[in-house]
Order: sequence, then C-alpha cells, then structure tokens
Amino acid sequence: MPQTTQTKEALAETKETGLIPIFILGQKYEVPASLTIQKALEYAGYQLIRGCGCRGGICGACATIYRKPGSYRLEVGLSCQTVVEPYMYITQIPFFPANKATYEINLLEPTGETVARLYPEIFKCIGCNTCTRSCPMDIDVLDYISQAIRGNIAKAAEESFDCVMCGLCAARCPSELAQYLTAILCRRLYSKYQLPRAEHLEKQVKAVEAGKFETDLRELMQVKGEQLKTLYKEREVEPAMADEMWEPKDKSHL
Amino acid sequence: MPYPPEMKELIKKVEKTRPARVERKKRGEEFPSIPLEKRGEMLKKYHPDFIKGNQRPIKVGPNKGYAISHEVVDVLEAKSRVDPDKINLSAAHFETDVLIIGGGGAGNAAALLARQQGAKVLIATKLRNGDANTMMAEGGIQAATKPEKDSPYFHYLDVMGGGHFKNDPELVYTLVTEAPKVMKWLGENLGGMFSKFPDGRLKSMHGGGTSRKRMHYAGDITGAEIMRTLRDEVQNYPDDIKTLEFCPAVELILNEHGQCAGAVLYNMETEEYYVVKAKAVVLATGGSGRLHIQDYMTTNHYGATGDGLVLGYRAGVKLCFLHTVQYHPTGVIFPEQAEGLLITEKFRGSGANLVNIDGEQFVYEREPRDVEASGIIRECSPEVGKGVPTPTGKFGAWLDSPMIDMLWGEGTVAKEFPGKVILFRRYDIDISKEPMLVYPTLHYQNGGLEINTKSETSLPGLYVAGEAAGGIHGENRLMGNSLLDVTVFGRIAGENAAVFAKQKAKEGRLTLGHVKRYHKELEEAGIVTDRVAPMLLPDYSNPEVRKKQLTSYYLGTLR
Repeated sequence: MPQTTQTKEALAETKETGLIPIFILGQKYEVPASLTIQKALEYAGYQLIRGCGCRGGICGACATIYRKPGSYRLEVGLSCQTVVEPYMYITQIPFFPANKATYEINLLEPTGETVARLYPEIFKCIGCNTCTRSCPMDIDVLDYISQAIRGNIAKAAEESFDCVMCGLCAARCPSELAQYLTAILCRRLYSKYQLPRAEHLEKQVKAVEAGKFETDLRELMQVKGEQLKTLYKEREVEPAMADEMWEPKDKSHL
Repeated sequence: MPYPPEMKELIKKVEKTRPARVERKKRGEEFPSIPLEKRGEMLKKYHPDFIKGNQRPIKVGPNKGYAISHEVVDVLEAKSRVDPDKINLSAAHFETDVLIIGGGGAGNAAALLARQQGAKVLIATKLRNGDANTMMAEGGIQAATKPEKDSPYFHYLDVMGGGHFKNDPELVYTLVTEAPKVMKWLGENLGGMFSKFPDGRLKSMHGGGTSRKRMHYAGDITGAEIMRTLRDEVQNYPDDIKTLEFCPAVELILNEHGQCAGAVLYNMETEEYYVVKAKAVVLATGGSGRLHIQDYMTTNHYGATGDGLVLGYRAGVKLCFLHTVQYHPTGVIFPEQAEGLLITEKFRGSGANLVNIDGEQFVYEREPRDVEASGIIRECSPEVGKGVPTPTGKFGAWLDSPMIDMLWGEGTVAKEFPGKVILFRRYDIDISKEPMLVYPTLHYQNGGLEINTKSETSLPGLYVAGEAAGGIHGENRLMGNSLLDVTVFGRIAGENAAVFAKQKAKEGRLTLGHVKRYHKELEEAGIVTDRVAPMLLPDYSNPEVRKKQLTSYYLGTLR
C-alpha cells in the first residue's frame, strides 16, 4: 500500500470535507479526523454494546488493534483514547478468553511458589516482549512477568499498578499467558502480606468497635440548625502544607 | 492535540503569576474561601441546579409534585420496555437467594457479604462486571483512620457541611463509623494496594470541604484499584456468586406478599428477556450522568442512565435529593477528544490553583464541589468574561498542575498522577509543565432512592446501595465519600439482603402488577409518550445514519 500518496490524498480530502477514511473490520467509512476510534465507530452508525465502558481510559473494555497503511506493525490502543488516522484498519477485542485462578486470599503465602502454582504458564514465557509492545498503558509487561517468575512479588505489583486489565497482552502472547491476571494476584499478595500494616488503622477500628465515639457522635447528631453550622465553621482545619506529624490544638472529640 | 499557539501565549500569563502563588501557599496563605452565608447566593446565581426552567414536577408516583431535572423526569414518566402481560412469571429462568442488580463497587461488595452469610448470589449487570463509576473514581476514599488528629466526629461535620446540613444524620453516622472498618477490609484484608509510607502508615490528603487529611488513595486510580480488587475477589467464588453480564434489569418483580422477589433482565446481545426469581434484591445500579442533564458533558461511564431510579420508583420506593446534581468542578474541556473526562480533585487537594485568562486565582481550590463548580461557571460567564477560550469557542479555567512539583518536589505530578500524565502525554501536553484547561462536568447523582441505615427501602426485600440511593450526601457529596459510600452500604445491603432471604422471604406468586398500575397512572395523568425506560444506553450514533435506519418490522433474520 503506497502510504504516502494515500495519506496525502486523504489529507487533501480532509481539508475539504473534514472527513478521513478508516476501515472498521475491513469496511471503509468516512469519519471526522478529530474523533477517537470509539467516537468514530459511533459516527459511522454503530450502537456500541461490547467494547465500550468508562469512555475514559481506565476500565479496559475497549482494547483495539489497528494497522496503518503500509506498516508491518500491529498497533494497539484503547479506542476511547486513540485518535483515528487516515486508512487505519481497526478491530476491537472486547473479550479474550483467559483462565483466572481462584483462591482464598487468606490462605495464600506471599511467595513466588504461590504465583507459580496458580499461574504455572508464566514459565512458558519466551521473552519475546510482544506483551510490552501490546500494552496500551505503556507498562513493561515482560519485566513484571520476569519479576513474578523470580518471585519478586513486590516489583511485579508495583510495575503492573497501572494495568487496566484489557487483556491485550494475553491476546497477543505466543506462549498463552494471562499476564494481567498474574499481575492482580501479585498486587493483592504484596499489599496484604508484604507491605507493613497500618497500625493507626487497626487502632482506630478497635476504637470504633469499642464504641469510643458513640456518645460524642450521638450528641453531635442532636445538634441542628445554626448551632451545627457554628460547629462546622469553627472546626479546626488541618493546613494544606502540614506534614504527617500535624496534630490539632484542640484534642477533644478525637 | 497539543495547545495551539494562542493558548500557549495565554499559558505564559499563568507562568508569570505562578511563583508568587506558590510562595503564598508555602507561607500558608490561602485564597479566601467563600463564607457559609454567601455560598447559597453563589449557588443560586451560578449553579446549574438553580437555573430557572430546568426542572419540572413529576406527575406520577410516590413523589408526585417533586421538581427535578427534565432528563430524569423524562425517564420516570416513561413506559416499561416490556408488556407486563407478556412475561411468563410462572417459569423463572434463574433462581437465586440474592439478586444483585449492578456490577460496580456496591454490587460486588454486596455480593461478597451476602456470600459470607451463606447466600447464593446472582449479579446481573448491564455491561461487564466492573464497568461502573466506581472504576473511574480517581481521587480517593475518606475515612478517619488517624486517631491523633481525626475521628468520625470530624468526618461527620464535614459530610454535613458539604451536604448543606440536609443529610440524613443516621446515614451519615453509619458512613463515618463504618469508614475505618471498610478501609481495613479493602486494604489490609483484601489486598487493595493503597499508597503507604514505608512504615505502613496510609498516605492521606485533603479533599474539598475536609477538615483533616483523611482521603486515602491508590495512586490516582483509587476507584479502579478498589473495583478490580473487589471483582477479583468475587470471581474467586464462582460456585456461590454467578454473574450475568450484558443483562441489565428492566423491571423489578414483586410477589403476592408485597415483597421484592426478583427482576426481569434483558440480554442486550440476544435480545431475550429473562425472569429471575430471588428471595431478596439489591439494587446497585449507580448514577445517571449519561442522561446528560442540561446537555452537560459527563465523567460517568457508558451505562450510567439512572435505571435503578426507574425500577425502584415504579415499585413504589420514594426518591430524595434528586433536585441537586453534582457537577465536578474540573472536567477536561481541551483537548476536545478528552472532553468531559474527570480531572481528580486530588490536584486541588495537592495545592493546584484555579486561575483565569489573566493568570489570576479567582476561587479557593478546596471549596465543596458545588461551590467550586459555581465559581468556575461564574468566571467563564459573560458577566465576568475571564474564561480561557478553546479553539472551538468553549471556555474553561486553568488548573495549575505545575505548582504541585514546585510545592512538593520535582516528580510529584508524575508519581501521584500517573494516569493523567499518560492521558495528556497522548496529546503532547506535559501536565507537570503546563496547566490543564477545565470546566465543570456532570459527575454525581447526589440523591436517589430512600434507604435507612440497613439499606432497606419501603419495599420489603429490596435493598439499595451506592449512587442509586439518596440521603447520605444531602445536597452535595464531598470528594472521597462515594467510594466510601459504595463500600459501606454495599456491604450492609448484601448482608441484610442475605439475612432477609434466610429469615423473612416468603414463597409466593410473582407479579408485575406494580408496572401495570404505573402504566395506568401515566395514562390518568395524561402523559402521552412513546418513551420507554430504563434507557439502558445513551445513543451517540450519527443522526444522519439514524435517518437511514428505516426498518420497521422484524423480517426473518433481518431487522
């Protein structure tokens, strides 16, 4: 496909009509050049049911694969975040089969063996890096999988944090891994078992359960109208730039 | 699309005033906040809720005479998607103890707690499990977890103040006292990855209207982290919790004893209707941003069309606080491709100012959301005329994100807001160096169906949780209280629904009589319409194409 001529023609056309040609599942449609792929599908007349969720780049529903004219590369994106380009060939992958391991999180040990037992296929990884190149969130998927293989759950958790679980890594993986599912297991193990626990939280939960705030709150609930407004206005506000050590002058009601 | 030259020129004015603004902030000098007495005046003049002619009274149902937005009244004054006489209720396609309608934060939390009570659960959801506003919540989750400076007492005061003191005190009590417990459940128990200091202490910050830094967060994708963790946990118990995706509920089903006993679902892909028989039902359908009230852009997910309001209202449950709608102060207004997208309040919580076309700050950045939004609308209004124009003739205000790096150290924006950094990088905008252009965007349904502290409604066997319920946030919700609300009341609803299923549910003939009665009421009120509700999905397809979609009958396999 002679990319440059076609693109030039398309751009000339765009200037006249504001529309550019794209191919949705192989079929050509003319759409405004400023649209995202998602909005272009709708402009073309599709009422989306699959492949559309938050429309804001975080839910992972709209995984999309496309190829530009003359390019050897398959490219990926979230359709709600990717702007159309002339002569782009587009397909969505709204669902891709992958096995999720089931587990009782309270009974797991936060070790590499646990991850290996639940997702043994990670050892089939051939290190081709297709997963990383297929990630619309720019996550180094291969690296977090390597970390998981080495049993470094903390690293795997931190590196995979921005994952939207769209499944493109799994869809493109020649070794048929389910990277994104391995990732959430690592994150849950890391947060539950490896990060130090929040002692202040434990203390506060115990205080609530012991009814420490009961009288105070019940009394406050009886306060209405102007009196309540006064309490609100006069409450001490933690300064914006205060550090973690800040404590209020008035220690009542704590 | 990066900022065009004319906008880059305007950014220079922001840069010029920035060092002085940062210095003031460092000295602890804040822009004066709008006094409580003046808030009302400001809202009346500029908040979209108060614009004359934008609301009308509902003509039917338990809230007859209550004035709310046209768009919501339109879906309430509409017919069922099905002819109730055509549904065969004697043969259920699915039976379960607890039916949960909605696969967001509240629905999944409810499922887990109902299961803990020994119930078999069915989740029916319109899109995929997790396609919900919970997924999109960015900023954080409030909870008074730091005993040396905070307590549920102060959380309560903040919630009431934010809601204009109209909130139901009992519901607020439940919200703030359950808060530390759900933080422990989500983080320490389920393994949600909240941001912590090296010693395990939870990081926390301010949100609009908070008196203590009690907003806990997981990067800038707190909602996504909570949602994917809850969903992962639900998926760990496939024998106890079944999920039907792409199957929204279109009506509740009652039984002859006047209990809620199931729902009619619609499989959007095969276009079949299913009858689900249940011993208790949790309605967790979320909000209604996709109704585009007053034509506002929205931050909401694709399926947020207020279905639960319609279902509950037809079954006789009252609505409350729907006369107020939350406009998030900071939605993207440029680049246009990202229009309406949420820019988390965490930016303002971290000190980023809102500034006008002259680079001047015009409102304190931590006002409650309704006040903040009104401030921006005022600045961009023709009377004031200090909005920043976009190439397509819209107006916005600058949210000065580069201040954050200057206040908290180079790299803070990249570290604390990775999601937004990636988003804007796609348009060649570096938000640690350039400000973002924002305008209020339809964000949250403050009100909803009436519930009590057990998430019960006036209809026995029907529980409501999350954005579909009203009363908790009064007339205006504070940031960080919706992730909290969905978890607190989702858990409560799930637990109580399971107990109801075990102890109070009675076997009996199923009925859609309430739908027939509602239809009759519409007729008697003289409402002649071909509108059907719930809407299920907004229609964004090309109207020119629509005009050509002419098939009027089913003809074999061709529609």
